Amino acid sequence: MKRVQRGEVAIPTSITRRLWAFFHRLASPRYFYELAGKLVPWLGWGTVLLLAAGLYGGLWFAPADYQQGDAYRIIFIHVPAAWMSLFVYVLMAGAGFIGLVWRIKIADVVAKTCAPIGASFAFLTLCTGSLWGKPMWGTYWVWDARLTSELILLFLYLGYIALESAIEDRRTAARASSVLALVGVVNIPIIHYSVDWWHTLHQGPTVFKLGGPSISLDMLVPLLLMTLAFKLFFFTMLLVRARTEVLEREANSAWVRETVTSQ
Amino acid sequence: MSGTGPLGAAGAVLRRDLTLFFRHRSDIINPLLFFIIVVTLVPLGVGPEESTLRVMAPGVVWVAALLAAMLSLEGIFRSDFDDGSLEQLVISPQPLALLVLAKVFAHWLVSGLPLVVLGPVLGASLFLPDRAMGTLVLSLLLGTPILSLIGAIGVALTVGVQRGGVLLSLLVLPLYIPVLIFGASAVSSAAAGLPVIGPLALLGALLALALTLAPLGAAAALRISLS
Repeated sequence: MKRVQRGEVAIPTSITRRLWAFFHRLASPRYFYELAGKLVPWLGWGTVLLLAAGLYGGLWFAPADYQQGDAYRIIFIHVPAAWMSLFVYVLMAGAGFIGLVWRIKIADVVAKTCAPIGASFAFLTLCTGSLWGKPMWGTYWVWDARLTSELILLFLYLGYIALESAIEDRRTAARASSVLALVGVVNIPIIHYSVDWWHTLHQGPTVFKLGGPSISLDMLVPLLLMTLAFKLFFFTMLLVRARTEVLEREANSAWVRETVTSQ
Repeated sequence: MSGTGPLGAAGAVLRRDLTLFFRHRSDIINPLLFFIIVVTLVPLGVGPEESTLRVMAPGVVWVAALLAAMLSLEGIFRSDFDDGSLEQLVISPQPLALLVLAKVFAHWLVSGLPLVVLGPVLGASLFLPDRAMGTLVLSLLLGTPILSLIGAIGVALTVGVQRGGVLLSLLVLPLYIPVLIFGASAVSSAAAGLPVIGPLALLGALLALALTLAPLGAAAALRISLS
C-alpha cells in the first residue's frame, strides 16, 4: 500500500473511492463554488423549460374540473410548493446533521441557505391555499388540519432563521440552528398527526376533498412537471445563494479575493 | 456519600437548584401570577357568560399554562450561565444529559407543579365542570414536564444570545403545540363526559419521548452554546 500524502488525492481505483474523493472535494468551499457555478445555468434553464411546459399543461391543456371549474388550476402551484416546503425542511435538517457530525462547512452553508427558500415555499403554499379557499370555501382561512400544519411549518422555519441570525459567531450559529432543525424534524410528524387528530375532534365546517376519486392523467402530468420544475428551481436558488454565502464566509481567503477582483 | 457517582452528582445539582429557587422566591411566583392574570383577562375580554367560558375553559387554562411555563424557562440555565457555573457543569466528568435532567426536574418542581395545583382553581373560575377536574390535573401533571423538557433545549440554544427571551418563545411555542392539543382535548372530552384515555395516553407517550430525548438534545445544545 502506497501511503497517500496529505493534500494528494488517492488514485481512484474503484467507484466508491472515486465517489469518496468527490465528496471530499465537494467539502472544499472553492471546489463547491466552482461546481455550483457550472451547474446553475443548467438547472436554471431546466427550470424555465419545465415551468413553461408545466404551466402550459396546467393552464391550457388540462381540462377544467367538473366540480371546481378553473379554480382548481392553482394546485399546479400550490401542491408542488407544499411538497417542496416539507422536502426543504428535511434537506435542511439533513445538511445540519452532516454539519454537526462531520463539521463540513458546505453543509452549514446549505442548511442556512435552505431556510429562507423553504419558508418562501411554505408562505406560497399558504397564500395560494387561501386564494383557492375564498371561491371554494367562501373564506380565506379555515382551521383545517393541513393548513394549520403548514402554518406551523412556516413558524418552524422562521424560528430557525431567527436563531441563526441571532447568534453572532457563524460556526456556533450553524451548529445551534442545526440542533433546532433536528428537534423540528422529530416534531414535524408529531405536530402533523396531533393537528390531524385535533381536527377530527373539532370537525370543521368543510373538509378538503379532491375533486374525484383519483386525479386524471391530463392533470397529473402537468402537476408532475411543475413538481420537477419547482425542485429544479429550488436547487438553482440554493446554489446561487450558497455561492454568495460561500464568498461571504471565505472572504479572507486568497481564492475569493482573486475571484472577486477578476470579475 | 453523595457527589461521587453520576446519580450523586445529579442529586447534588437538584438540591442546589432547589435551594437557589427557594432563596429567590419571586422567580417562582411571578410566572404563577402571570398564569392567574392571563386566565382572569379572558372573561374580561370575551364576557362573563357561563356557557361561553365553560366551553373555552380547557383551552384557556392550557394556553395560559403554556405561556407561564415558557416565561419561567429562562430560569433553568440563565443565571448559571451568567455566573459561570454552567461551564463547570459542562466540563464536569459526569454525564451532562443527566445533570440537565436534574436541573429540568428541579425547575419543573418549582414552576410546573404549582401550575398543576393552580389549574383546577382557575378551571373552576371559568365554570369547568367538576367531573373534568381530575383530568385537568392529570393532563397538567403529564404535560407540564414536557414543556420544561422541550423548553430546556430552547433555553440551551439561546442562553448565549443577548435578550434571547422573545427568540426563545419563537423557537419553543411551535414545538408545544402537540402538548396543547392533547392536554386541552383531554380536558374538553372529560367536560363532555367522553373517554379521556386516548389523549392522556398520547401525552404520556410524548412525556416518555421527551424524557429520553430532550436531555440529550439540551446537553448537545449547551455544549454548542458554551463552545
